[in-house]
Order: sequence, then structure tokens, then C-alpha cells
Amino acid sequence: MIEFAEVTKEYGDFRALDRVSLTVPDGGIFGVIGHSGAGKSTLLRLVNQLERPTSGSVRLNGVELTGLSERRLRAHRREIGMVFQQFNLFKSRTVLGNVAYPLKLAGLSRATVRQRALEALEFVGLAEYATRHPEQLSGGQRQRVGIARALATSPKLLLSDEATSALDPETTLEVLDLFRRINAELGVTIVLITHEMDVLRRICDRVAVLDGGRLVETGEAYQVFARPQHPTTASFVHSVLPDRPAGAALERLRGRHTGRLLTVPFTHDGDLGRGLSRLLREHRLDFALVHGGISEVGQLPLGSITLELHGEERDLTAFLAVWEGTEVMAA
Amino acid sequence: MKVDWNVFWPKLADATGQTVYMVLVTLLLSSALGLVLGLLLYATRKGNLLQNRAVFSLLNLLINLVRPVPFIIAIVAMAPLTRAVTGSMIGTEAAIFPMVVVATFGVARIVENNLVAVEPGVIEAARAMGAGPVRIILTVLVPEALGPLILGLTFILVALIDFSAVAGTVGGGGVGNLAMTYGYLRFDTSVMVVTVAVLIGLVQIAQLTGNLLARKVLRR
Repeated sequence: MIEFAEVTKEYGDFRALDRVSLTVPDGGIFGVIGHSGAGKSTLLRLVNQLERPTSGSVRLNGVELTGLSERRLRAHRREIGMVFQQFNLFKSRTVLGNVAYPLKLAGLSRATVRQRALEALEFVGLAEYATRHPEQLSGGQRQRVGIARALATSPKLLLSDEATSALDPETTLEVLDLFRRINAELGVTIVLITHEMDVLRRICDRVAVLDGGRLVETGEAYQVFARPQHPTTASFVHSVLPDRPAGAALERLRGRHTGRLLTVPFTHDGDLGRGLSRLLREHRLDFALVHGGISEVGQLPLGSITLELHGEERDLTAFLAVWEGTEVMAA
Repeated sequence: MKVDWNVFWPKLADATGQTVYMVLVTLLLSSALGLVLGLLLYATRKGNLLQNRAVFSLLNLLINLVRPVPFIIAIVAMAPLTRAVTGSMIGTEAAIFPMVVVATFGVARIVENNLVAVEPGVIEAARAMGAGPVRIILTVLVPEALGPLILGLTFILVALIDFSAVAGTVGGGGVGNLAMTYGYLRFDTSVMVVTVAVLIGLVQIAQLTGNLLARKVLRR
């Protein structure tokens, strides 16, 4: 478990993190999202103390990290894996040499180093590339080497610094699948930072949203997606999930559809439209689907559909009187 | 008076041997010393592994003081120091001393420049794995910068051949000395041409070797 308490980090006059308090439980995949400069990179580096906070406390499994000496920190860092956006592989070493590096640091015997490095490469599916050099690999393969290197010492915690941001969409999915396997099969807690909502949507069970160095929202991923409380969160959610049409999209919609528009949210804990369907039938109303869609968050459905209602004005009024919990936009 | 070629060829062979000896000994010593200085300069720079303003400023100043002095002036200016260290002011050993001093600072700057070019992310990765500063310098920084470092040392090597010729003019022995005494002082153009050809040949061999080594390290 990682506990941040009132953590502030300043670089000169710039406050990168502002009194952030946050708890990351063991066993899950925790995602931190924010725009560039929101402080997420700093937050991640506090966990292995590559950055020291200006004030506040960072605890890992109950151990206060902020006061630890450089020597103690080194031992502590060996228990934490880290992967990077630009992979940060050693160009002067082979794939095997890269993965072996942290094992050598741990002072293991040559035979053990080799065996465990090969095991880690096996896990990411790159054992046959052991003697290649990083520049001979594709971006996705390089990141998998980076992941193997981070996992070689069997850490219980993996930090991911925008690990998929330099990859194409298809490769991103492969790496995210790998993260899921690492979490499920090896029981490794993963903390990742990203500016891509799609990454959170696919693999995170808990999320935190940073904005201008402040923690603006945190919670269970589905809840945060389904009911964003902060405008920043909402704008991130809208980047991946269709929502109530607004702005220019709404204008265009209005140009095409002159009827009553109704936006129905779909959440896995709701009835996914069955009640709506019955009510519409009872009021002899017809509808056209004009906007929206349903996606998956943490393997559960989430989204919204906007309908244009057709029928007698009297029936419409009666329907709207009994239909609760959804947004109706003025016609 | 024209040169007696039967006497000259063995002299040239001797002189070439002296030049190669001076240059290689100097390269070895100045590379070792320069590497240490360069690493220290890099590591103590602001924001780096062993950040230390006093050490950095001192080294930086020293390098900037030594580097702009023309080598021929440096030899003369250092003469008393050279005698104190080597016991003589003339001859091959006496030439090596000022060459090592000047080249060391050149190597230090080249080492520093190439280490600065190593991606900070790679160093951060090593830190995140729990590596200490000395370990990072020796197992990450130097290997990552090795290709450019070899090219930088090749540059120094070529400069040293030039230095050795200059040292020759002030009694340092070697091909430069031969060119001066037989070629310049006796107005013998053919000797001049031959000695210059030898120097060019040496430079070519040095550059070619350096390029091959660097290519091997860089794998391109």
C-alpha cells in the first residue's frame, strides 16, 4: 500500500504537487491521469523517491520514505520496477544484458542472473530476442524488454510512466494486456500514469485525476467514469465516452433533428434501457437513435444514447412526467 | 647540401618509431587522466549524480585556462615543470610531459561533452533500479557514450601526432625533429615531402583505426 499524505513538491517557484493525499491499495491497477504538467510524473517518482517531496509524507507498506538515506533508498528501489515512455533501454547492452542489469545489481550469481533474465524475457514473449540489441527491435518489443527488465527482480510493485504513450494503438493494446497479465498472474500492484483516458478505461480498477498539481478526484474507476464530479474528470471521460451532445455537435444535431431529444445514460448498475423501452411503448412513442454509444470501462458497459422522440404532444408530456433520472434537453 | 638517403632512411625509421612511442604513451596517460577528470567534471555538474559546485567550477576553470594556450607556448612555459618532473628539458620523455598535460585537459572536455549527450532517461532507469552514482558512471554512462568517446579520442590522437611534430622542433625527437633539422634548416624539399608523407600516413592509420573501433562499438 502506498500512502501519500499532504505531499507538496516545488521546483523553485513552480508547485508541481499541491498537498496531495492519496492511498493506493495493494493488488490492483491504479491509474493516475492528468494533462501534461499536472504533476503525475512527479507523483509517480515520489514512490521510488527519484524525486523528494518538499513537504508531506510518502509511505510504502508503512515505511516512511521521505527521510530515508540514499543508501537505504537504493535497496528500496530494487523492490520496485519502473517502465518509461521512451523505454530507456541501455543501447550498449543486448536485450538479455538489459534485463540482467537489475539482477546483477542485486548481487546474484551469473547463472542465476542469466536464468532469471531469460525467465523474464520468456514472460513477455521475447526469449528468442535475447542476443539482439535494442535498436533492432520495434517500439512495442522495446517496451516489452523494458517491462521484462522491470520485472526481472520479481518486484511487488510496478510503476509505469506513460509506458504506452510512444506506441501505436495496436501495440498499446498488447502492452496493456501484458500489464493485466502481470497484475493477475504475478500479483504485482501497478501504478501507471497517463494522459490517455483509453488506458484507464481498459485496465485500471482505481483512478485518480490530477489537475494543476492538485488531486481533484479519486475512486473506483467505473464510478469515476460514470459519475465524474470535477470538470477536468468530465472532460477526460468525454474524450472516450459518448455523452450528452453539446456545443457544435448539438447544433448540428438540432439542424438534422427537430424533435424532442432525450439522453439516456447506460450504466451497468442501471437497467440498460429496458425500462425506457417499456415506457415508450406504453405512451405510444416512437424514437430515432441520433447520438451516443456504449463502451466498456473495466469490462463493464458504460455510455449514453440520445434519442429523438416522435409521437403525440400529449403522450410526450405524459411520458416525460413519469420518466426520471435522465436528462431531457429543451426542444 | 643534399641528404644522403642511405643515412636518411634509417634515421626516418628511428624518428617514426619515436613519434609513435611519444604519441601512444601520451594517449595512454592522457586518456586515463582525462577520463577521470572528465567523469568528475560531468558528475559534479549541477543536477548530476555527484553535484558539487566547488569541484566543478575549479575543474572547469582549469580546463579553460589550459586549453586555449598554443602548444608551442605551453611547451616553453612548462619547461621548468618538465625538468622538475622528467629531469630534462629536451628529448622524447621531456616532450611527453607537456603533451600529456595539454592532452589530458582536452580529453577531459571531450569525455564531458560526450557524457552530457547520454540520454538522461537511461540514467534515471538505472537509478530507479537502485544503482549508485559510481556504478552508474562505470556501467551505464561510459558504455553508453563509448562510440563517440572513441571518436573523440581519435581526434585527440590525431592532434597528438601534430603535437609530437611541434615537440620535435624544440628538441623532442621524432619525425617533426627530422623535418626541421634536415628539411627546413637545410632547405631540402625532398626530405620535407617524405617527412610530411610519413605524418600524413600516421594520421590516416590513427583515424582509420578509430573509425573502425567506433563503428564496431556503435554497430553501424
